[in-house]
Order: sequence, then C-alpha cells, then structure tokens
Amino acid sequence: MNLQDLIKDLSLEIVTCEESMNNEVTGAYVSDLLSDVMANSNVGNIWITLQTHLNIIAVADMKGLAGIIIVGNRKPAEDVIEKARAEKVTVMTTPLPAFEAAGKLYQLLDR
Amino acid sequence: MLKQYKADLHIHTCLSPCAELDMTPASIIETASQKGLDIIAITDHNSAENVQAARKSAAQFNLTVLAGMEVASSEEAHILGIFDDDRILDLQEIVYKNLLPGTNDVSRFGEQVIVNEQDEVLGMNNRMLIAATDLPAQTIIETIHDLGGLAIASHIDRGAFSILSQLGFIPDQMNFDALEMSPNMTREKAESLFKDYSSYTWIASSDAHYPADIAKKISNFSLQAPSITEIRMAMKNKDGRKVEWE
Repeated sequence: MNLQDLIKDLSLEIVTCEESMNNEVTGAYVSDLLSDVMANSNVGNIWITLQTHLNIIAVADMKGLAGIIIVGNRKPAEDVIEKARAEKVTVMTTPLPAFEAAGKLYQLLDR
Repeated sequence: MLKQYKADLHIHTCLSPCAELDMTPASIIETASQKGLDIIAITDHNSAENVQAARKSAAQFNLTVLAGMEVASSEEAHILGIFDDDRILDLQEIVYKNLLPGTNDVSRFGEQVIVNEQDEVLGMNNRMLIAATDLPAQTIIETIHDLGGLAIASHIDRGAFSILSQLGFIPDQMNFDALEMSPNMTREKAESLFKDYSSYTWIASSDAHYPADIAKKISNFSLQAPSITEIRMAMKNKDGRKVEWE
C-alpha cells in the first residue's frame, strides 16, 4: 500500500510533496496531541489529525511518517506548507472528518 | 530596594465553569491574604469579568491582585495573560470575538458567575468559556505582548491543555515570558523532565479551582514593586530581580 492508493478513496487533496506518492504506508495513527504522536506513532504511519500548527511537520519528519492527512476541510497556513516542502513531508487534506477518514483508511489497509 | 513577594499567579474564580462556587473574588482575597501571599493573579478561562471585583476587594488588604486570563488557543493550549492595568479588557474583547460560538451548558460544565466585591451576584456569563478560541498560540502570545502583558505557558507538566501536550514541543519563536509548573512538580523533577526548556524562566503556581488549593504552590519573587514591569524583569533575571520556587 502506498499513498497513491489512498488518494481517491479518501477524497485527498495533496498539498505538498506529490513526488513521495510511492511512500510505503505501514499503518495509521489518529491523534491531535502532538506529544502523543511523538510517543506512539510508528515509521511509515499516516497521521490523521485536525491540528494545523507548524509543529506537525517537525513531528512527522522526526517520526518518519508516510504523510499527514488533515481532516475536516482544515487547511494549513502558508508557513506550514513551506516547511513541509523543505522537510519533504507529504501533507494532504480531506473534507472527511477524522472518523470517516480513519475508517476508510482502515479498510484499505486491511485489504 | 528589593523585597520578597510570595506569588500565586494562577487562580480561578467562580466565573470559571470548573471552579467551585465559593471561589468568589472576596473570599479568594481573604484566603490569599491569610496564607501570606503578596501577589495573586485572577485567571479565569477566556474571561476577566471577575477581575475588577477581586482588585476592589483587595483594597483593604496588603495584597496585589493582577488582572489575568487563561486563554485557550486553537490548538487547545492554555496560555496565561497577566496585566496590572485595564488592558486586560482589550484582551477580553479580542478573546470574546474569537471564542467558539455557543452557550454554556450549566448542567454539564458548571455555573459562570459574575460577582462584585461584596460577593453579590451580578449575573451569569453565558459564553462557552470552557471552549477554545480560534486564535493560534503564537497570535495569543503576540497579542498579550502588544497589550503590555506577560504571556505564560500554563502547567506545561500536565498531559492536557498544555503547550507541550498539544504541540509536542515549544517552537523557537514562541517567546513566553515564563513556563508554569503545576503543584505536583518539584524543581528537581522539572530539571530532569524539562531540561530542553532551561533557557526559559519557570514559575510554579496553584491553578486553584478550590479555596483549599490557593497557595498550594507559589513562586517567590525578588522585586522593587509588585508590578508587571518588575515581574518581567524578574523573569529575565535582570538587575537582581529574580523568581524562585521549589
């Protein structure tokens, strides 16, 4: 499973780093507490969150996450996008709420 | 000449939905004074409507009451804004404008009582004070600073509603005047847990929601006067001013 496979089913809009669409996805982690993501997410995870603060890029980069899905139609600010490009962190957005995004992702990963 | 001031800079009144109703401004002042405090800050969630009453009822005590508020950012990090003048009202206006809409549900969250200096009820605040604003933490810090106040990160040792729990780490550009530790933290423990943030000044306070908790944890300031200017100097360790806690 890679990011490319997820785009359509999750109505994802890619904000940064289309070039990393072949990143291998190992699973997913849903949390809005960055301290929790730092402690409990795993390399290659997709991170589903509604947080858009700049720190999400550093956390995703540090943990080697496959990408970030920002839910509920929230959009990251320009400085977040710039940082994501610089750090080569894939950021995607979806209109879906976290529950639905996670549910669909779970089914896809289970396949 | 520098004097020692015992300070508890984080106290909620009955305006905060989660605080006990006996946390009226007058009774807080009396308790704080009995416990030997010299400076307190009234810091309700997203509102400062009981600040004036507290400042008035302190007139007959040897106690300085600072005007504060605990603002919830869009990331749900709590930030204290503390002033010694009416600019707290400017902050309140900005916070109200950006507080998520909705009406307080008293049965679920608790009463939000506005009182005067004689403990007489003036009314209820109907906003959702328990909710967050849509202002990012960085904007809140800058707003507090623009208004001349101190911006302090609340209870950074707690697992919820702290800048560290919400954002994982404190970004470089966030120029908090101080980071606050909650009552169960000791200086020794903090030094091992938060060594990455040793360049910041740390204070400790009670975050009291109940009368018994007032002064449960305090910071000792060496100041010439109990003002924001002097406290800021202490937080910068300037000209002999300093802040200590155990």
